[in-house]
Amino acid sequence: MNIYTYIFRRLLYMIPVLLGVCLIIFVLFNLVAPDPALLKLGKHGTVEQIAQINHELGLDRPLWVQYLDTVKSAFTLDFGRSWATQQDILEMIKLGALPSLSITGPLFLISTILSIALALLVAFYRGKLIDRFVLLLSIAGMSIPSLAVVLFGQWFFGYYLSWFEISGYESGFPEFIPYVILPVFLYVFVNFGADTRFYRTVILDEVYQDYVRTARSKGLSETVIMFKHVLKNSMIPILTQIIIQIPFLILGLLFAETFFSIPGLGAMIVNAVNNSDFPVIKAMAILSSIFFMLFGILTDVAYTLVDPRMRLK
Amino acid sequence: MMTSTTKQSNSLFKNAILKILSDKISLIALIIVGIYFLVALLTSVGLIASSWNIPVTTSYAPPSAEFWFGADIFGRSVFTRVVKATETAVMLGVVVAIISIVIGTTLGMLAGYFGGWVDELVVWFYTTFASIPGIMMLVSIAFILGKGTTTVFLSLGLTSWVGLCRIVRGEVMKHKDREYVQAANAIGASTPRKLIKHILPNISHLLIINFTQTFDSAIKAEVVLSFLGLSVVGRPSWGTMIDDAKLELARGVWWQLGAATLAMFIIVLAFNVLGDALRDALDPKLKGK
Repeated sequence: MNIYTYIFRRLLYMIPVLLGVCLIIFVLFNLVAPDPALLKLGKHGTVEQIAQINHELGLDRPLWVQYLDTVKSAFTLDFGRSWATQQDILEMIKLGALPSLSITGPLFLISTILSIALALLVAFYRGKLIDRFVLLLSIAGMSIPSLAVVLFGQWFFGYYLSWFEISGYESGFPEFIPYVILPVFLYVFVNFGADTRFYRTVILDEVYQDYVRTARSKGLSETVIMFKHVLKNSMIPILTQIIIQIPFLILGLLFAETFFSIPGLGAMIVNAVNNSDFPVIKAMAILSSIFFMLFGILTDVAYTLVDPRMRLK
Repeated sequence: MMTSTTKQSNSLFKNAILKILSDKISLIALIIVGIYFLVALLTSVGLIASSWNIPVTTSYAPPSAEFWFGADIFGRSVFTRVVKATETAVMLGVVVAIISIVIGTTLGMLAGYFGGWVDELVVWFYTTFASIPGIMMLVSIAFILGKGTTTVFLSLGLTSWVGLCRIVRGEVMKHKDREYVQAANAIGASTPRKLIKHILPNISHLLIINFTQTFDSAIKAEVVLSFLGLSVVGRPSWGTMIDDAKLELARGVWWQLGAATLAMFIIVLAFNVLGDALRDALDPKLKGK
């Protein structure tokens, strides 16, 4: 199959899935959720007030019309206005994306490079003391709740030692840098365990393959084997892991953005939950799933570029 | 006699248990998990930590010989509260893991066994579910249901079945054409009997491995829900205790954060180690990973 046909077919399959995503969001927010009029008015709303609000929000129309509204918003990316701030939601997302990316971007780069390098190192010394030590450290790191790391780290490095900005944000390069160093550093610590363990596993998968034994028996050095053969062959799972993380970068970091007062999308989601801002949560759920699907397709296309044996199905 | 000369080989599960008991680190992990479950059982019947809600000393009393982890804002012993919260965590881990296993296994088996439109429907359903990033799904479901224990169970359970469903579907597809299923078919076994009595035991190791993973991630995800103010009410949880620290640390009160983090760290670590050991023992294909 031609690669363009493949991409086209995958994009086409996005439609039923996106309709499904809209259905889940619709069922949750329009059927299961408590009446937004009651949330807005509290316990003292009159029947007329409730009807008024339901009319303003379009909740008095037939359910299928409301579902079509959700679908329409997913395809046009017009999510309406926030109930809390009356801002246009797409504008809010555009505003929040950059601050979020200014932490998640560097974090992603540093974490990925660090854990792949470390994984290569311990795979090189597999079974030795350093391998067991790093593995133990990774599992220990995975077991610490990230909220505890953020709270303790902010207090210790930001407040107690005063090494970094404790909170706040300035937009523009390079003004934002002092504000993101600490959150990035803390999240590198949070991510390091799971990432290193994952990359170590995929690299070790290759180390025991027959072709490695062949390479060794023809006298290649361990370094050449490691970088030229093993790393190249473990690129498929590594690439998948890397690409699949990208859509999450846009979601920002719930804890870090809230505690470090960074006006990103993570903080926006937390605010929306606290203010019962239905449309913002709906918009973020739909938008992030679109990103997720697109990057899923990208991963599969990347496969075929890295590994010609891969067949398009 | 034949039977006297052939030694009966152990079952997969017996082998796995023997393997874990013979490895020092997995044995320690197993003992730790056992202690936590015992503590949870004893607190739930009220034998220990029944005074978790009673002020015993001054507000924010620092750690002392009498109160190992000091006191919280109301002067309640943090140690007792951490012990009581073990019950919440274990209950949460078990219930969430069961919800995810029931949904994942049922849908996965149906899709794998029947194929055709059933399979397409299930695949569409889990692709859809998996397309909404976990954190957004968790936030949405928890937000819609409001705070409370049921919310935590449902939001975590409904967001953690996709991985298992995918694996079970693949395994059942492989198993349904094997000889033992054909044999069951030949003697006239009904479809439910083939699925439950014959295929299910052969894929049950996947459910056990999944249990340890879901248990861990449920306990960790509870912290996120606590942070959003959507966690359990009327009982202490490690998540709410960690979340409380956002107001306490600036005053130098670190003991509630420290105690809850430590309690959580130990069981999550033990489950991680045990999960790895179980996976190595039960799934020979994955050995050494």
